[in-house]
Amino acid sequence: MADEPLIHARGLVKRFPARGRRGTEFTAVDGIDVDVYPGESFGFLGPNGAGKSSTMRMIGCVSPPSGGTLRILGMDPLRDGPRIRARLGVCPQQDSLDPELTVAENLTVYAGYFGIPRSVAKARAAELLEFVQLSERATDQVEPLSGGMKRRLTIARALVNEPDLVLLDEPTTGLDPQARHLVWERLFRLKQRGVTLVLTTHYMDEAEQLCDRLVVMDGGRIVAEGSPRSLIAEHSTREVLELRFANDSLDALAGKLAGIGERIEVLPDRILVYTDDGDDAAGEVHRRALAPTSVLVRRSTLEDVFLKLTGRTLVD
Amino acid sequence: MSIYVARSPWPVFYHRWRLYLNTWRGTVFSSFLLPVMFLLGLGVSVGSYVDDRVLGMPYANFIAPGVLASTAFQVAINEAAWPVLGGFKWVRTYHAMRASPLRPVDMAVGEILWIWLRAGTSAAGFLVVLTLFGIVRSPVALLTVPAVLLLAVASCTPVLAYSASIRTDNWFSFLFRFAVIPMTLFAGVFFPVEQLPLVPRWVAYASPLWHGVELCRAATLGTPTAIGWLGHAAYLALWAVVGYLLAAHRFTRRLTD
Repeated sequence: MADEPLIHARGLVKRFPARGRRGTEFTAVDGIDVDVYPGESFGFLGPNGAGKSSTMRMIGCVSPPSGGTLRILGMDPLRDGPRIRARLGVCPQQDSLDPELTVAENLTVYAGYFGIPRSVAKARAAELLEFVQLSERATDQVEPLSGGMKRRLTIARALVNEPDLVLLDEPTTGLDPQARHLVWERLFRLKQRGVTLVLTTHYMDEAEQLCDRLVVMDGGRIVAEGSPRSLIAEHSTREVLELRFANDSLDALAGKLAGIGERIEVLPDRILVYTDDGDDAAGEVHRRALAPTSVLVRRSTLEDVFLKLTGRTLVD
Repeated sequence: MSIYVARSPWPVFYHRWRLYLNTWRGTVFSSFLLPVMFLLGLGVSVGSYVDDRVLGMPYANFIAPGVLASTAFQVAINEAAWPVLGGFKWVRTYHAMRASPLRPVDMAVGEILWIWLRAGTSAAGFLVVLTLFGIVRSPVALLTVPAVLLLAVASCTPVLAYSASIRTDNWFSFLFRFAVIPMTLFAGVFFPVEQLPLVPRWVAYASPLWHGVELCRAATLGTPTAIGWLGHAAYLALWAVVGYLLAAHRFTRRLTD
């Protein structure tokens, strides 16, 4: 059935028991509702510690939920873990490639874990290396590969069982900008092929580029849900005016900006003015003779949505 | 608690085999040439001070099955130590496997199968050497192989559980100092345990290695065993079962959060 969700969660909770004598119980995921449908590209956006990875690990059937319902591919992760995992592709946050094997062997040996026959595994490995642009490195050791190449290899590895659902936990964290763009481009191609992607990220640009729909998480809860554009339209203005000043008492300056735009946010290093017309607002700032050292007008992003919803920035 | 429902441990075994192809040369020395040197060195040098009538045979003959058993024992423990901790902590192989249909018990069983191959081949190679030296004469000596497999599973499974429980490899020096080395020295490999004072003698009796040595000695030299081969085998089987249950539990715990 086309409209049966691949992931169905209601009131999903993950609690970790207290560790040690003075530890306290920790609730990583605090009752979330999520549905992910076939062909979608779905994101969990939030800062570190928001509960994204814990959610992913429950979806990946390696972490039993502490409460609520969770169905993956229509099955129960507690009972059918191996059957579900056979149809998932997982790209973990922490590298688990085998440095003693070659690039191609990392795919074929991994394919063996899924019971894929050797000859099929070899053919698929060649195809996937082509896809992630690592064909020339097929017989090289993994160790000297760059971070971006390793990540692309891990993505290829996650595709070796032709999964119905691909889970990507922070797919570009720790990569330089060029490597990130290459990963994004490959993931975008997957999305175009109709592969269902679920990813976590704390980069709003990543979420905007890759996700059809996303949830914003904070403190284990979902604080907003929608497409990147609808979230921005709903929670932010069209444009943002960023002001920097030589003077460091930004709070006092914020008072003098009162009335410009719809809303003002004071960050440690700059002031954000939310408005539908940035240039107009910038003109008003000059008329008030406030003399900012730098003025930037940009469109609203998910970062602004997050700031509005939680009062904090995503990356700190 | 887990009765093993067979699915497939073989991909785990294959992974270890594939890594072994990169490093097998080093193991030929440690698990084959080194024990042969031990046998020659100790058998000939110390042996020249030991009157054949004391043991009823040349000293080299006495220690040969002991060295064979203790080599298999060390191979089993080494294979269940660093590579397994590494699979959880450094290379994270088990975490990678965890994303596939493989269950933690499949991983533990795959490791046991691999350890069987390593311990079994090292014993078989050593047996060939003993045959060339004329120490082994009867085909009954082939029973050494099942004896070694039993010893290997009895000693590797608790170590698998141990490796799945620790966070740093400092804990291995603990294991080797207080278990592996004392057993190698005092569990009947180099001299009969009856020569030990009461307390260490009972410690030797409790160790799996001594039972393995007794079985190997009976198979190669036809000597009578202390409590009958069935008794020794049953004791090793007990270690194997308890060790396996512990290992399955610890693997599952470590890979579930």
